[in-house]
Amino acid sequence: MLPGGLNTNRRLSQWLAIHADGTVSVCSGKVEFGQGIGTVLAQIAAEELDVAVSRIRLVPASTVAGPNEGMTAGSLSVQESGGALRQACAEARLLYLQAAVKQFHLAEDALHRLEVVDGCIRVRGDQAGPATSYWALADATLLECEANGLARPKDAAAHGGVQMVQRLDIPDKLSGRPRFIHDVRLPGMLYGRVLHPPSPGAMLADVDLAAVQALPGVVCTVRDGSFLGVVADNEYRAGQALKQLAAAAHWREFSALPDMHELPAFLRAQPAETTLAGEKKPADAAGLLPAATRRFQAAYSRPFLAHASIAPSCAIARYQPASIDIWTHSQGIYPLRADLALVLAVPAETITVQHVEGAGCYGHNGADDVACDAALLARAVPGLAVQVVWTREDELGCSPFGAAMAVELQAEVGADGLIADWRHEVWSTGHSMRPGRSTVPVLLAATLLEQPFAPQIATNMPLASGGGAERNAVPLYDFAQWLVLNHRTLTMPIRTSSLRSLGAHCNVFAIESFLDEIAAGLEVDPLAFRLRHLADPRGRAVLEAVAQMAGWSGRKSRLSDAEGQGMGLAFAKYKNTGAYCAVVASVTAGHELRVDKLWIAVDVGRVVSTDGVINQIEGGAIQTVSWVLKEAVQFDRTRILSTSWENYPILRFSEVPQVEVQIIDRPDCKSVGAGEATHGPVTAAIANAVADALGVRVRNLPLTTDNITRAALAEETSS
Amino acid sequence: MAVRSFLLQVNGCEHAVQAEEATPLLTILRNDCDLKGSRFGCGAGQCGACHVLLGGVSVPACDTPLWAAQGKAVVTVEGLGRGDVLHPLQQAFVDEQAAQCGYCLSGILISAAALLQQQPHPTEQQVRQVLDRHLCRCGTHNRIVRAVLRAAAGAAA
Repeated sequence: MLPGGLNTNRRLSQWLAIHADGTVSVCSGKVEFGQGIGTVLAQIAAEELDVAVSRIRLVPASTVAGPNEGMTAGSLSVQESGGALRQACAEARLLYLQAAVKQFHLAEDALHRLEVVDGCIRVRGDQAGPATSYWALADATLLECEANGLARPKDAAAHGGVQMVQRLDIPDKLSGRPRFIHDVRLPGMLYGRVLHPPSPGAMLADVDLAAVQALPGVVCTVRDGSFLGVVADNEYRAGQALKQLAAAAHWREFSALPDMHELPAFLRAQPAETTLAGEKKPADAAGLLPAATRRFQAAYSRPFLAHASIAPSCAIARYQPASIDIWTHSQGIYPLRADLALVLAVPAETITVQHVEGAGCYGHNGADDVACDAALLARAVPGLAVQVVWTREDELGCSPFGAAMAVELQAEVGADGLIADWRHEVWSTGHSMRPGRSTVPVLLAATLLEQPFAPQIATNMPLASGGGAERNAVPLYDFAQWLVLNHRTLTMPIRTSSLRSLGAHCNVFAIESFLDEIAAGLEVDPLAFRLRHLADPRGRAVLEAVAQMAGWSGRKSRLSDAEGQGMGLAFAKYKNTGAYCAVVASVTAGHELRVDKLWIAVDVGRVVSTDGVINQIEGGAIQTVSWVLKEAVQFDRTRILSTSWENYPILRFSEVPQVEVQIIDRPDCKSVGAGEATHGPVTAAIANAVADALGVRVRNLPLTTDNITRAALAEETSS
Repeated sequence: MAVRSFLLQVNGCEHAVQAEEATPLLTILRNDCDLKGSRFGCGAGQCGACHVLLGGVSVPACDTPLWAAQGKAVVTVEGLGRGDVLHPLQQAFVDEQAAQCGYCLSGILISAAALLQQQPHPTEQQVRQVLDRHLCRCGTHNRIVRAVLRAAAGAAA
């Protein structure tokens, strides 16, 4: 079994090509969206091949060539694509060394005496002897073979430690050179705009297209059922035409949305598919557990969250009967192609999908939907490229959302002060409704067409692959007995799909808040309480490291009760298979809650790019602070109301805490991703810090002044 | 509604443009002047991705009609450096690796450049206040602030 994507894309030429001009092209099926994976892959290739990183050229993922690696998601790229590329490069290097040995007329076993320095091949220690290079030997046929798993990548030690490599994509981005999908300009390209329904489930009753068609610059209008759009030869005029289209269209709307202030109750009341995520029964028969001395119970929740990317989703399509071209920033070009084939009723092979970078992507956003919008508009102007850019209202209101969740926890503590029994229940819609996984397409336009596809309900991927709503619900701690249930609601008035960390965000928030509540009830230090239940040495190490960084043991004497200061601690291992992350948060709860500082200790196994890890950890942490302090999708009973930056505010520069990161490098452990490690622990650390500062336990996100006040009042009335 | 002729001064070059006077400057820069560096984020002046210098002041180009830019010097992110030589701010951003997706950077560089023109040695708080007009979703804020301060410090050396 070959590593990662190499197992299903075995031809070496799918992954790399060595050129006579001294460069190496590298292709991955994983896509760049600012997480730096391109640079990491270039680094891996350079390390295994023994060439300078500057010689690597990254080829964007496309369905024409290159490997199919499914979705860029789940923090798996370094592990899977990195692992695959590392092996492919090791095999390529071996093939070229074999070619060099032939050229030098040496015996086969002389292979082991060869060394490669920046592509230059010679016998080790023999500067005067025969020499050649990858470039001199460059031959495309050499790599037209399947990987065989015989070459072994180098040990971490052989690389001389982790190299600092600057991101390859940053200089272009700083100079404003065109590289985003919004910047692509094809010859004769037209501009498309789509009028999306004003509310979930709305249907187009009637629209007067004649007035819009008569506007200057308008090439055509497109109506297919409730799918409505316009194509123009000028971007400004496309925008103006869209406004006219909005005025000319009449919709039938339905009040199908729940009360946004009663989401946990709503979720619990829905018909649901209940699955057992896992359970542990004690080895001995019941009765040999220490008798419970204390019982604890609490319910937690989070609202719907928006991706809120700074760039609206964008795609370009060109439609010809036997050949459809799509340019997209989708996380999964093959799955997108599969769904487009269903919507357009064409064989998938007639569609070519090419990735071009979009702005930050934090999960299943609108990238796939807008690609379908573009294809439908392009179908009306065959042979011409049409670029569709969503409006800001579309981006915030029509993209899939991160699912609202309700979690209930119950625990029993024995006389020995250890948790003897633990029960975790989740209520949520599914966290996955990505394209390419079903015989029914899930693209937004699919349910709007005259002959519509049936609306789908989000599901959860299997727990063995990381799960969805139940991600991180199974405790990593060593509890004597535990049970985890997942209730996936079968109604979905608001479209949800994967948002960074999926269910881990709310599950870890709940677990780590609950542990603090129990510790407080037992009058035990939160750190000590966690360590009592955690044998995993890597878990213990990040907890101890962050406590050290933050001065945890001396905190009481430093923090001022009078000024509403507090500190909180939290920990998780992402998916229970990924990165370990421990966080301490320091807050000041004045008339507004302010996060002053975050200390983060993280273990991602073998580090490939130190700065890449730090960037992802800092970035994830700061994004989480925004989620926690400010974010909840607003809606009434009919419409999504968060459609501008004014009514979906995100964290601003002057509100961002200081962040300090320490990485524990484990060169002998598998590399895992850093992109989703912080969301759960940072959330819980802040909630725990608020409890420390105010003596108020807030269990419903976001931690706005309103929600904190509500929690404080609830505690007063119940005591 | 009528298409008229305008003469724009962008990054020291003249651009003759035929467009409706209400066309946002951002659209003109990206399409008519083929300068893709200024970015579309919201079209309402709320996210900062589109900022350019207009007569030395950092303004949202998405919210500036073409007619208002006539007769004033426009500087976009492409005009900060000189040929292949990066502006000290751009170099500082490279040195600090102050980017994730990079979409917000153009506007931020413009506002930071305007700040350093007015205030060569800003405090961290001043930098954050000026950049409050700019949204970043990837969480790169602290690196960006460090880069701006680094550029300011570099100028002192």
